[in-house]
Amino acid sequence: METPKTMFEKIWSRHVVAQRDDGETLLYVDRNFVHEGPFYAFDGLRRDGRRIRRPLKQIAVSDHYLPTVGRKSGIAGIADPDIRTMIERLAVNAREFGVPFIGIDDPRQGIMHVVGPELALAQPGMIITGADSHTTTNGAFGALAFGIGASEVKHVLATQALWQRNPRTLRVTVDGALPKGVTAKDVILAIIAKIGVRGGSGHIIEYAGSTIRAMTMEQRMTICNMSIEAGAKAGMIAPDETTYAYLEGRDHAPRGDLWNKALAVWRTLPSEAGARFDKEVALSARDIVPMVTWGTTPEDALPVTEKVPDPSSAATADERAHIERALRYMDLTPGLPLVEVRVDRVFIGSCTNARIEDLRAAAAVVKGKRITVPAFISPGSTAVKRRAEAEGLDRVFLAAGFEWRDSACSMCVGANGDFAAPGERCASTSPRNFENRQGRGVRTHVMSPPMAAAAALTGKLTDVRTLS
Amino acid sequence: MEPFVRITAIAAPLDRPDVDSDMLIPQRFLRRPLADGYRNFLFYNDRFDANGKEKPDFVLNREPYRRARILVTGANFGCGSAREGAVYAVVDFGIRAVIAPGFGPFYAGNSYQNGLLPVVLPDECVRELREQLHAAPGAEVTIDLPSQTVTGPDGRQYRFDIEPSRKERLLAGLDDIAVTERYAAELDAFERRHDAEMPWLAHLDFGK
Ligand code: SF4
Repeated sequence: METPKTMFEKIWSRHVVAQRDDGETLLYVDRNFVHEGPFYAFDGLRRDGRRIRRPLKQIAVSDHYLPTVGRKSGIAGIADPDIRTMIERLAVNAREFGVPFIGIDDPRQGIMHVVGPELALAQPGMIITGADSHTTTNGAFGALAFGIGASEVKHVLATQALWQRNPRTLRVTVDGALPKGVTAKDVILAIIAKIGVRGGSGHIIEYAGSTIRAMTMEQRMTICNMSIEAGAKAGMIAPDETTYAYLEGRDHAPRGDLWNKALAVWRTLPSEAGARFDKEVALSARDIVPMVTWGTTPEDALPVTEKVPDPSSAATADERAHIERALRYMDLTPGLPLVEVRVDRVFIGSCTNARIEDLRAAAAVVKGKRITVPAFISPGSTAVKRRAEAEGLDRVFLAAGFEWRDSACSMCVGANGDFAAPGERCASTSPRNFENRQGRGVRTHVMSPPMAAAAALTGKLTDVRTLS
Repeated sequence: MEPFVRITAIAAPLDRPDVDSDMLIPQRFLRRPLADGYRNFLFYNDRFDANGKEKPDFVLNREPYRRARILVTGANFGCGSAREGAVYAVVDFGIRAVIAPGFGPFYAGNSYQNGLLPVVLPDECVRELREQLHAAPGAEVTIDLPSQTVTGPDGRQYRFDIEPSRKERLLAGLDDIAVTERYAAELDAFERRHDAEMPWLAHLDFGK
């Protein structure tokens, strides 16, 4: 009898171009995403006089540098010359190298990890790379998807392949029904808090269990998106009827006979019973509570019902040093209940949590109420924005006092100039709470969309379950 | 790419784990052409105050560490984003090797592509090295790639692992594309088969 295989092994083995004795594998890449950032890769190709091997397996999306306001006049309307240059450069590179391109005025524009799935550019069984760590989002479709640096992007552009070493596998099983008020973001924060920011290091995570199976594709994307915050190379979820129903009929999904052929392959992908993982972790959904981060790495996450941790209760000297440093940066005192932490502003956006279901969940919290601190929403894509407007969510947000902006990475990373003011404390639905990421000295608290909406109402970190 | 064989240089101790990519180079500098030099963007928020003035207490702003060519630091160095600027800035500062108990998911891979050697040593060894460097600022460390050894200020040697192919490429200053080109026939054959097996993935029909 053959040894049962994991989904990861099946996808990997389908993509092996060549293998070296020293364990390095040349893997074929089915789709590669770029944004404005890795212009170095195109510069490098030009310098070497190289072309792209398969231009139509690439896709370029403008997202990191696009402004979220004043987009009507297109690129010409962007005041900052550096930012304008970045956006123009991607358009020029895409044109020169023949790469499909989604730019500022394209109705399909959005954050590339949101756009890819929307257009069915991510499908089960693929190997997908992207010039951005959150390319892991696409793993929600049963694909092996991971971020790469600019030199590796150049390599993929030139050869459509990548040298990799066999990673290890980690299965994270979450079982049970999610309690009320608990979202996919809380699940992934709870996972990272449990295994740590290095817990997935060198591993591909497969998320499994009844909680994951019951999730929509959008929830699964939130989970896989943050795999990188646990240090994992990628995260993936087996495709099932939910996956196929999501994909069918989308722009780049196979059609007719090809759809049936694809389905037949996709159904063979899930890990087989008895397949061995290098590591296993299990969580019970019932125990998960709405989470917030208090520190400067995504593992610094606690149930919102808890208190700011005390360095003196740390298990190791390193942990103690980390807590001390984090609390200094975050300007928090040990023992303070998290729900007493005041916030200065709220950001709802990013590839982690700005899809339509996220906006619906946030709108449900603020409907008919007024927010007390400045807050804006940058939908995950232009399509999400249009859909939300069709459902009337924009009016709910505007009536509550939010700004309703265009789609870009925005205050998740500030590449387009959307920063919080120095030293401000920001409740954010983005994936990362690193020092200075949202602006100089800005203190980021990462949480789910309903939790961020609740914080906007009260001006404090708030347990959304306690709002009436 | 500059080959890496052996260096003896001043090593700077940086006592913290989880140095993330935003710390190594803030996002706002990633729009600058590489030709402008990324040296001054390295650790920008730690090295410079809000007015752009140097903070004298940061290790790389102090003599003799301004001339450091080796960095000895904590676990998970370079975690966070895939941005290769986090390597360019380190290389442009003059650093040729980073010694740590481990690296973030992208950092080592990006380093190899730019002639920067990521050296993984056990936590106790890295700690010991940092302690020695604190005790004798400006002490030199030697890294010899052919023998895969780090020699600390006290003469103690530590062996490190590196994948043979990585080592070969670093020693020769070769990037990956040059190596992959030797597999052109395999790549062509694979591609024909793969496109036939999963024809729905062959091309992105993007219209427009
Ligand atoms: S929204 Fe944030 S995490 Fe997502 S791709 Fe953009 S910068 Fe990266």
